[in-house]
Amino acid sequence: MEVSPPPSSRRLDKTVESFMVWVLRAGGWASVLVTFGIVLTLVTESWPFFREVPLIRLFQDTMWTPLFAQPQYGIGALLAGTLVTTGVALLVAIPLGTILAIYLSEFAEPKFRDWVKPMLELLSAVPTVVYGYFALLTLTPILQKIFPDLPQFSMLSAGLIMGVMIVPYVTSLGEDAMRSVPMLLREGAFALGDGKLGVAVRVVFPGAFSGLAAAYVLAISRAVGETMIVAIAAGLQPKMTFNPLESAATVTAFIVQVSLGDLPHGSIGYQSIFAAGAVLFLMTLGFNLAGHVLRKRFHRAT
Amino acid sequence: MSLPPVPQPSAGSETTTSDAPAAIKVQIQGLNFFYGNHQVLRSISMDVPALQVTALIGPSGCGKTTLLRCMNRMHDLYPGNRYEGAIRVQPDGTDIIAPEVDPIQVRMRFGMVFQKPNPFPKSIFDNIAYGPRIHGLAKDSIELDEIVERSLERAGLWNEVKDRLEQPGTSLSGGQQQRLCIARAIAVGPDVILMDEPCSALDPIATAKVEELISELREQYSIVIVTHSMQQAARVSDRTAYFHLGKLIEVGETKQIFTNPIHRLTEDYITGRFG
Ligand SMILES: Nc1ncnc2c1ncn2[C@@H]1O[C@H](COP(=O)(O)OP(=O)(O)O)[C@@H](O)[C@H]1O
Ligand SMILES: [Mg+2]
Repeated sequence: MEVSPPPSSRRLDKTVESFMVWVLRAGGWASVLVTFGIVLTLVTESWPFFREVPLIRLFQDTMWTPLFAQPQYGIGALLAGTLVTTGVALLVAIPLGTILAIYLSEFAEPKFRDWVKPMLELLSAVPTVVYGYFALLTLTPILQKIFPDLPQFSMLSAGLIMGVMIVPYVTSLGEDAMRSVPMLLREGAFALGDGKLGVAVRVVFPGAFSGLAAAYVLAISRAVGETMIVAIAAGLQPKMTFNPLESAATVTAFIVQVSLGDLPHGSIGYQSIFAAGAVLFLMTLGFNLAGHVLRKRFHRAT
Repeated sequence: MSLPPVPQPSAGSETTTSDAPAAIKVQIQGLNFFYGNHQVLRSISMDVPALQVTALIGPSGCGKTTLLRCMNRMHDLYPGNRYEGAIRVQPDGTDIIAPEVDPIQVRMRFGMVFQKPNPFPKSIFDNIAYGPRIHGLAKDSIELDEIVERSLERAGLWNEVKDRLEQPGTSLSGGQQQRLCIARAIAVGPDVILMDEPCSALDPIATAKVEELISELREQYSIVIVTHSMQQAARVSDRTAYFHLGKLIEVGETKQIFTNPIHRLTEDYITGRFG
């Protein structure tokens, strides 16, 4: 009876193992390198822009018209679009996604859950172009019945659909977080005479908060970075407004609009998209850091 | 699997020594319990006296936890579980495992302390206030403060935490957490406290504190404690019940069980021959 494999096969195992370790390590480094490369591109490409246009103008100007003869660089006009569409989307995605997550994790029969989760994931596999045209051609006409003055392109319509698109992300991550709350905690609350809903709201929800915070941060990042839906349904005119019933361009919509045009590489208009990209990057970075801090603080509190 | 032959004064029925009869708090009558089709408790009948500590001992897997969790209807949380027989709680004699009895009412009368401390991810105060709040036991915040203070005092934790009530319950040491959980159970105002190996996750010093607390609590509560430590059963309990493969083998005065057990199985277990 042979217990250990012959030496040659063992040597092969060793080779395979060290090869796999090498592959995994390379994968890890690749993601670091890509991130670094993105940051580098953003910095080097927006550098010439900021040499020409002082940073302060981004906040002083009230309009964003880098392609005009008398260009204005008020990034606020784009940020407003991004903030409003994101806000509308989150108003849909966070409550709906959280409630669905609570339902799936605490109330749904396992069979039902196994059926719903793939459906939800399917929802997030729909191409965003489809969502965009759905907003423009289906939702906007419906909304126009409620708000007769609603223009063809509106941040409301785009934001609502973006919210629907993000719901599955919140639900999926949120449900994982809630299910990882130990049964022992739930039992502790049931043993005090609490009911199912009470346990879900008072114990499971706070117990899963760090995971939920991560889900919310991802939702924000998705909303801020979403391009297709807003480019199609929210309009392409940068406008300094916080009224969701108006049309406006977001940072991403501007970037896609310009990069699809035929601006010469190296022109200030072309470089402005990297400046806008850098601002977008800083924003998502900020949200992610905030989420991280929130999670850390919460972990300390529990 | 079958039991070795034992002298049989009707297995499952009460076997007591002659002693001044204490008032009975809970009567377990012909209790069977099934996880699905798997029967784990077999015609258990025994009395739990009021204002005493009853220890449940026996080898791992004999059904101690299962029996304890029958008494606060914890098994109702999972599908497929089934009770047969009756568990009557005195003085009213309600059969708490009857399907028409609301488990929430049962759980208010039977507090539970778990094997591992399980404070909620909330402040010390909110941990204790949890039960009183959901049941509306305090009419205002002053009364709630009083309940919290009284519960922590009874659990011997007040002096250690009174200056840090807003800190998270999980910031306490393991032993303090377990006493927090005891205080949390007390705050609802139960008559009976069920404890499932409450010291198994604690160091010896914390264990000694909890045991001391148990001795104090028996002035006001009837306590049922599962323990795998026979020393602990001997130290804290008035009565001991020995279980084997889902059957109650013997129950009686702790002193009698440990010095003069009737059944060979009990003797083998307490002398460490198995288990
Ligand atoms: N949820 C469950 N489903 C099915 N069987 C269980 C479950 N919990 C415990 N059991 C079985 O019931 C028996 C008694 O378990 P338990 O009451 O936990 O024993 P003890 O606490 O005395 O160690 C064991 O055989 C165990 O495998
Ligand atoms: Mg057990």
